Parts: sequence; structure tokens; C-alpha cells
Amino acid sequence: MSEKVLMKGNEAIAEAAIRAGCRHYFGYPITPQTELAAYMSKRMPKIGGVFLQAESEISAINMVYGVAGSGKRVMTSSSSPGVSLKQEGISYIAGSDLPALIVNVQRGGPGLGGIQPSQSDYFQATKGGGHGDYHLIVLTPASVQEMADLTSLAFDLADKYRVPAMLLADGTTGQMMEPVELPEEKTVSVDKPWAVTGTGMKRKHNIINSLYLQPDELEKMNFERFERYKLIEENEVRYESYLTEDADIVVVAFGIAARVSKNAVNEARRQGIKAGLVRPITVWPFPKKALADLSKTAKGFISVELSMGQMIDDVRLAINCSRPVALCNRAGGMIPSPDEVLDSIKKMQEGI
Amino acid sequence: MVVFEKPKSLTDAEFHYCPGCTHGIIHRLVAEAIDSLGIEGRTIGVAPVGCAVMAYNYFSCDMVEAAHGRAPAVATGLKRSMPENIIFTYQGDGDLASIGMAETVHAATRNENITIIFVNNAIYGMTGGQMAPTSLPGQVTQTSPYGRDVKVAGYPIRVCELLSGLEAPEFITRVAVNNVKNVKAAGKAIKKAFQNQIDGKGFSLVEVVSSCPTNWGMTPQKALQWVDEKMIPYYPLGVYRDKSAEVTE
Amino acid sequence: MTTEILIAGFGGQGVLFAGKFLAYKGLIENKQVSWLPSYGPEMRGGTANCSVILSDEPVGSPIVSKPYILMAMNLPSLDKYEKDVLPGGLIFVDSTLIERKVTRSDVKVFYIPSTALAAEIGAPTLANMIMTGKVIKECDGISSENLEAALGKVVSARHADLKDINLKALQTGMDYAG
Repeated sequence: MSEKVLMKGNEAIAEAAIRAGCRHYFGYPITPQTELAAYMSKRMPKIGGVFLQAESEISAINMVYGVAGSGKRVMTSSSSPGVSLKQEGISYIAGSDLPALIVNVQRGGPGLGGIQPSQSDYFQATKGGGHGDYHLIVLTPASVQEMADLTSLAFDLADKYRVPAMLLADGTTGQMMEPVELPEEKTVSVDKPWAVTGTGMKRKHNIINSLYLQPDELEKMNFERFERYKLIEENEVRYESYLTEDADIVVVAFGIAARVSKNAVNEARRQGIKAGLVRPITVWPFPKKALADLSKTAKGFISVELSMGQMIDDVRLAINCSRPVALCNRAGGMIPSPDEVLDSIKKMQEGI
Repeated sequence: MVVFEKPKSLTDAEFHYCPGCTHGIIHRLVAEAIDSLGIEGRTIGVAPVGCAVMAYNYFSCDMVEAAHGRAPAVATGLKRSMPENIIFTYQGDGDLASIGMAETVHAATRNENITIIFVNNAIYGMTGGQMAPTSLPGQVTQTSPYGRDVKVAGYPIRVCELLSGLEAPEFITRVAVNNVKNVKAAGKAIKKAFQNQIDGKGFSLVEVVSSCPTNWGMTPQKALQWVDEKMIPYYPLGVYRDKSAEVTE
Repeated sequence: MTTEILIAGFGGQGVLFAGKFLAYKGLIENKQVSWLPSYGPEMRGGTANCSVILSDEPVGSPIVSKPYILMAMNLPSLDKYEKDVLPGGLIFVDSTLIERKVTRSDVKVFYIPSTALAAEIGAPTLANMIMTGKVIKECDGISSENLEAALGKVVSARHADLKDINLKALQTGMDYAG
């Protein structure tokens, strides 16, 4: 294991990606993820990799599509407005069943919005984002360590299922520095017989494509893809459960909101309130079963979000609306304080 | 004995193109270039959105279907990850000169070592004949029913002239396929555009002035005549940039 | 034990640097640490601040909203954050740049003319490290050890010659009896 170093979250993603065998990065400048691109521009030329600042987010994601088609590990990163621009390309990548990593270091919106941390791209990330029926595997780091670990995992899952993965971070986790133990460099060899690398005159040509003009064929492709999604939902749900066993009130939060919430849960416990925290690490697939199980014992749920309330829908669905679900939120780049979350917990405690 | 056979780097799939369409000729010229350079096994083509959207079925090399206008970006990704492979895009005028202009210009200014075959028939064919960025002034289309009014819709874009204003690109040329002589010249230009890539020279674009009898509402013969009388005067044939020629001179 | 520190001032005063130094020092001492900067246009000449947390337990929220230690490097920072400091907390004021006194009586206040001292020792850009030296001296939770090692982490190898002057600034702050 390597020594712990202090690193910005954005830089930890970059270094972890390189150690996961990613040698191709394409991006376009946008705050608050610029350190990631800067890191790549410094490192890639030294290790025989490719860093290219594209003319737009649209071009960047299409360069990603090209490299992904060749079977190599590839990524792009941006922040909310830039990720909106990438949606067309992401839909094509999903529709062509290619693995790739897209990083969204979220900032407040809509429109040009602001540059402070946000989680308001939750719907976009988990429900598709671009056109058509598809999902990304969406991982939500809550620490600099997870920025590194989940980057590595995202590449593996994307390759395993031929599904693009997204790291859904935010301005805080991107900008903050924490000690991180970087994963060891690994050499990855995943068999990708579908890749376009030249036929070598030894096989029939491979085609990377999402066009199926015959509706029955296109339907079949969608059905097959959703079979794979089912496998992902069965096998790849990840979450952290904190003091939930006897909890009356379960706070659900991911990323930076989960860290704030953990402080609030600790304080609530000190004050004699049985609060707990479920922190989804994958928000697609969402930890539905974990929440459904808790709804048998818990009396109420609180969704803590840096948005106007998006994940709360998934919480309600997961527990089939069998318990009250409250929203504790800030938006536009504001972050709820532990006190605000604590107030929300107390309010629910009084109501149940 | 004269033997006429299909180039090896075309598949057996039947073209879906309209009667009299020149895409068939251009596909063949591309395939002949690939065959004669012996590069099929390491070539990857990028198909556009437009009439040639299903080009991936026609070329027997590996193929990628790009989103509308994004082929040069996709080709950039492919080439950067596999520098030893030969990457070409095959794009129409709406794809390359309208929605994909940024990708085109920036691939050119990076002197991206790729080959672009740009088919200019002055109309959106696949969607049924709308005005293209290269539709001529006064040209009647579905979305310019009174003729392209340059005061409203602006002027057609001359891609070769525009790109040759850039410092970087290696080779930019405009050819046509409206008669045997021009077809032969087009074949030579396309081959050179691939040879340049093999030699690591950089961005090579061949604009092929082409026809669309169906959407122009003409017979194939009349359409070829229209290429000669209307298109070529606005889009003069010739070499707009050839860096290696400049060096040898 | 958890020490939450908020360092605030103008962009260019080395607010983020001072925070990084403290964070690295914590890391060397096997503490759990986090460092969170304000970011964006305000970094370039506007107000800048950073949150540093040093703890024996895993750090929850990295955002310091109720600092135990406030380092106020300019007046707007003192105006903005004075009220947030925990009762019993410590406020360090650069008295060269801030003329007013702290109005609260439930905190311990240290006035250090760090900008003037920095000029005196020939390091006009290191008022931040003089303030930091004073913080190290006065805060029980922060030892006066590992200064060189921590500087080695934040001063890039390219500027290794600056380590000595940074050490001198830290020492000046630690020695200042105010």
C-alpha cells in the first residue's frame, strides 16, 4: 500500500484514473473541475498517454466515443453545464454499449447557474440524461479517498457490463484536500472482441453503432441492454449504513450531503434521538432494498440534498411511500449545515 | 481481357442510394484507394448522419457510426488511441459544414492525421431535400421554396477556401464526379489523402462536388449537367492546400 | 479532539497556503485532516477563505461553519466571521490591517501586527505564516513540532530556498508576545 498523501479530490480522480490504466483524457475547461484536466495535461505526455483539450464538450465526448470504440480506457470530465452538452454523446455511447467514464463535478444550476457545489444533476445522471432508454452506472464519492477508489471501480464496472459509468461528485469533493491512499497501478486486460482495431483481414468487420432502423431490432437491443441493467441492479448496489439498525429516523444522503448528515446524526444520538444514515454510493443502481428493509423498522426518512429535492423521489419509491419522507435541502450552491439537518431530524422526531 | 470487379474493401451489401446518386461512385473510389494501398486490415471508417449513414454496412473495414457532425471528433479519438491505424470519415455537407463545422475546423487546425471525404451535393438528402450550408443562392429546396435568399439564409460556405485559411492542414482539394475525367482525378486525390495519412503528414480533406437528382428534382444526366454549370462555377475544382507540393517546389 | 480552523483574508495573502501547511502538519502527525478552499473568481483578489479540520476521528463535514480558531487577515473577514466563532474559541487578528477590536467577550483574542512584522523580517508576503506561528503557539491542539517537515510538503522542490524564510516567519509569530 502506498503512503497517504494530501490531494484535491479532482486530482485524486485523475491519478486514480491513470493508475486504472486510463491513457486517454478529453475535456474542456470549466469550474470547479479544472484541476482534473490540468493534472492530466501534466501527466499524460510523460506516460505516453493522450491529453487533448477539445474545442467543445460535444467534441470531447465524441473523442471519448472514438477511443471507447477502440476498446481502450478513456474518460472526460466536466461540470454541470458542460455535462448537459455531453448528453448527446453519452446517449450514443450507451446506445453503442461502450465503456467509458464521465465525471461530473456538479455546480449549481439551471442555466449557467453558479460555481458552488450542488447535487442538482441527480435526475440527469440517474434517469438517463440524454435521449432514449438507458442508464449509466452512477457512483457518488463522499471523500477524496472515494474520489480515487470509485474512479477505479467505475472503469472496472464499465468494462464488465459495457455500460458507461459516471462519477457524480460536486464542487466540494472536487476542491477539498484530504489524505488519500492511492490505489496501486494496475494493468488491465479485458477482452473486447467487439472493438474496432482494424480487421487485420482476419475477421468480419466490427461496427460500433446505435442505429437500428428496424423497430423490432431496436427493441431487441433495448431488451438485451435492460437485461444487463437488471444484472447491475442485482450485483452492484453499494451503500454505507450508519447507525441504522435501531434507527427511528433514517437520513438518506450521498456525497457532501452525507458528510454533513453524519455530523447531524451523531449530534442527534447525543441528544437521545435514534437517528441513522444511509449513504448511497451508487445512486444508479439505487439501494432500494436497503431502504425497503429499513422501512419495516424506521418511522420516517429524510432526504438531504443539495437540490430542490430529486433523490427524494427514489427514496419514496424504494419504501413504496410506506413512511413519511421529509426533504432537508439547500440549492444553488448552498450546503445545509449539520444544524439544519439536525433541526429536520428533531422536527420529524416530534411528528412521529 | 478487361475484368471489372468490385473493390475488396466494399462488402456485398447492396447500396441503398437513389438511382443516379454519386455516393456509389465515391464509395468505390474510397474502396479502390484502400485496396490499392493495402490498408483495409488497419483502416477504420467513420460514417456520418446523412445519406451515407449506413456506409458502415458497405465498407468491409471496421466502422463506427458517429453522431451528426461529430465524425472528425470521433476520428480524432480513434486516431489518437491507435496512431498506426488509418482513420477516415465520410461526411455530407450538412454534417460537415453545418452542425459539425466546429469539429471540422478544429480537427483541421490540429492537423489531425486523418482523411476526410466530404461529399457536397448542396442539399440535405436523407431528410428529403432541405437547404444545406452549401445550397447555392437561389436554389429551391424544401426549406427554401422561393430559392435560397442570401439576405435571409446567408451565403453558401466554401469549405476548401475556408479551411485553407488555416495554417495547419496538410492537404485540401476539391474534385467532382460528374464525368469520367473528373472521376479519375477524384480517385487520385482520394488516394493521395490516404497516402498522406500513411506518411504521417496530417489532415487531408477531399471535397467531392456531387449530385442529388432525387432532391434536386432532375434526371441523373441533368443533375450532372447542373454540377458542371452551377456547382463547379461556385465551387471551383482544384488543390487549395498541398504542403508537400509546396516543399518540393 | 477536533480543531476546526477558518482562515480568511484577501486573495493573495496566502490564506490557502497557510491552511495547506496546517493540514500537512496534521497529516504528518497522523491526524485526520481536511482542507477546503473557497474557489472561483473570488480567489483572484477578492475574499478568500479555507476550512481546515484536524481531528483524532474521521472528519464529518469538511465545511467549517463554527470555527474554534479564526485567522482574520483583513477587516471584511473579521466582520463576516467574528460571530461564528465558538464560545471559548480563539480569534487571531492581523492588527496591521484591521484597526478595530473584536467586540465579543466570550472568545480569546490575539492581535498580531503580522503584515508589519513580515515587512520587518524581510518577508512581506509571509504575514500568513507569522499568523500561523502565533496560532501554533496559542492553540493547545496544535503542536510546535514537524514545522520543517510540513513546509517540505507545501513548498515545492523548485522553491526549496523559501523554506528558511517560511520557518523564520513561523518563528516570528511564535515568539511574538501580544
